[in-house]
Amino acid sequence: MSPSQPAIEDAADLPRHLLGLEGVSAASINRILEEAQGFRALVDQADKKTDALKGRTVINLFFEASTRTRTSFELAGKRLSADVINISASASSLQKGETWLDTVRTLEAMTPDALVIRHPDSGAPHLAARALDSHCAVINGGDGTHEHPTQALLDVLTIQHHKGPIAGLKVAIVGDAAHSRVARSQIHALHTLGAAEIRLVGPKTLMPTEAATALGVQVFHDADAGLENVDVIIMLRMQMERIRGAAVPSQREYFRLYGLDPARVERAADDVLVMHPGPMNRGVEIASEVADGPYSVILPQVTNGLAIRMAVLNLLARERGSGSPA
Amino acid sequence: MKTVIQGGRVIDPANGVDTVADVYIAEGRIQAVGETPPDFQTDETIDAAGRIVCPGLVDMHVHLREPGQEWKEDIASGSRAAAAGGVTSVACMANTRPVNDRRSVTEQIKATAASVGMARIHPIGAVTRDLAGEALTEMNELHAAGCVAFSDDGRPVPDAGVMRQALEYAATFDYLLILHEEEPALSAGGAMNEGAHATRMGLGGIPNASEDVMIARDAILAELTGARIHIAHVATAGGVDLIRQAQARGLGVTGEAAPHHLFLTDTTVGTFDSHAKMAPPLRSPEDREAVRAAVADGTLTAIATDHAPHEADAKNEVFACCANGVTGLETLLGLSLKLVDEGVMDLATALDRVTRGPASVLGLDAGRLGVGDVADICILDPEARWQVDPAGLHSRSVNTPFAGWNLRGRVERTLVGGRTVFPFGGEPYGG
Repeated sequence: MSPSQPAIEDAADLPRHLLGLEGVSAASINRILEEAQGFRALVDQADKKTDALKGRTVINLFFEASTRTRTSFELAGKRLSADVINISASASSLQKGETWLDTVRTLEAMTPDALVIRHPDSGAPHLAARALDSHCAVINGGDGTHEHPTQALLDVLTIQHHKGPIAGLKVAIVGDAAHSRVARSQIHALHTLGAAEIRLVGPKTLMPTEAATALGVQVFHDADAGLENVDVIIMLRMQMERIRGAAVPSQREYFRLYGLDPARVERAADDVLVMHPGPMNRGVEIASEVADGPYSVILPQVTNGLAIRMAVLNLLARERGSGSPA
Repeated sequence: MKTVIQGGRVIDPANGVDTVADVYIAEGRIQAVGETPPDFQTDETIDAAGRIVCPGLVDMHVHLREPGQEWKEDIASGSRAAAAGGVTSVACMANTRPVNDRRSVTEQIKATAASVGMARIHPIGAVTRDLAGEALTEMNELHAAGCVAFSDDGRPVPDAGVMRQALEYAATFDYLLILHEEEPALSAGGAMNEGAHATRMGLGGIPNASEDVMIARDAILAELTGARIHIAHVATAGGVDLIRQAQARGLGVTGEAAPHHLFLTDTTVGTFDSHAKMAPPLRSPEDREAVRAAVADGTLTAIATDHAPHEADAKNEVFACCANGVTGLETLLGLSLKLVDEGVMDLATALDRVTRGPASVLGLDAGRLGVGDVADICILDPEARWQVDPAGLHSRSVNTPFAGWNLRGRVERTLVGGRTVFPFGGEPYGG
């Protein structure tokens, strides 16, 4: 399949905006993954560019610091030949008293085709999507502690590369799930694609409330038990800045109880995949021997992220504009 | 001016009355229910056949926003909303700008309310200056100026020592403190009820314990000080239990429930619907059931709206940052009757909780239709159904979570002191 000529008619089934993965169908997720497979080949070529989004405009609107996600979306847009603008909140007119939603509307008036929004508050992309009048697609680049759908999609793509279908797999997500938008999106995607078991591993202070009923996961407070026989280990960044007060007593104790070291990896299945959405805290949640070791797919995750974002931009920004000007 | 309300079904829970009778009014007070008083020369006859005639509603928890935030609501618009909702007495919270922590603000509110003349407005004074939780207000002077109770609503006094002093000082004069119960440290970072829905939405949770811990603290302090306290907008099953226990021990603890906590739960938040954001937050179905039961059995004496008008922009923000609160004056009656339709309580009890109940907590001369009582009356068509349309409401703000709901019971006429204030167009009741 040629990535520059995707079967866009399939995109009619996709949500107009990518605000999260909760409630997104397996068909839609698979559609994005297929599209990304095509772009994955492109990423490995010498000439990495297609003109799929030539003439389209993508705005990355980041109200929260980000290096990898913003760079990934920017590069994805550029490789699709879209015009890409990056705006970070510190450089925007927010300091002049304009509300962030006015910033969104102002940018919308410049007729972009996709608006990638990262925001420190849960639900911001949803509010933006409701405020828009045009065809512009809103893509959630991470909202508060809610969702980070493209990260979860790239994780699923990475798992598929190494493990084949998600169905039947056992996945352990270790760490600060309470404050993790990545974990929520991963859980939704993995469930939708039929994972056999999703485990959350961590102390009670880092567990989402009512995680088992809210998210359909199994909760483990003992890391060794939680990692037993799993096919995939996803380590979460210990978001020190997000922890209010006293969720963990020290990095030292945290690593001793929940850090991923070679001995803990041994608990998992023989061909376990070790993943991390980044940025890593070496020695806090993951030992360097593991992060750089044979089971780690942490860097391939990043490469797949590019393919996923190309897929999402191409599917959501490409055809929607025709015939419905703002 | 002598008025007779003819042929209506008079329901007066305070006096245990539920009968078809004529109500005779003169000089702003009820002269008789039933038999025509001697020498009664009727000036005005109001036909109430097929209608319910009950005391005007008493809403003891309202934010009128004046002075200081008149773009949200002011005393005139809030009074119109009250009149349209059958509410004749309104107790308005102290978190105005400036705060109602000094006599001049109380007097200004009273004077403005009198000139509007559409509802009896009873200011509630602040407990602490500027709601800062530190220095006490001049409660005695505020009371003399017209404050009927004291509350730092929305800003609970965090320091137990200050609260003890406030209760002790209030108890000196037998003043009532109305308490918004929320432990700030347990609510920190929270935007909605802690639970499965907050987890899915990635929103910070506020545990029931935030409310319960403070109710427990203040019930214990009420016992220590002998003060009377009234717990505002009780939203948790645990809070209900604590109030019940305090009452069983003979403490002066009463409580109220807000309509939104009686009908909605945390899943109403849906996908970040800011009209479902309030403090305390919408809780679980189990909490809602417990609060309903507490209103039915009288543990909670009042249904009070926590009418909290906000302009659209204040709600058009990310969920964690948008303003707390919903409007309520114009949906209080319909939602109270909906409790009857849903079998939660009988009609007399529902009307009691919006008339006699709150009036007795505040010690108001209101909420009853006995001979000699003020003629504050609501006449409603119990069978009329209407749909809540924000555009048709009279409050300056339209932040209601009940938009589109079909309610039974339409206010046809509201009288304050014997004068019709709704439908609009009559003279002010005594202004």
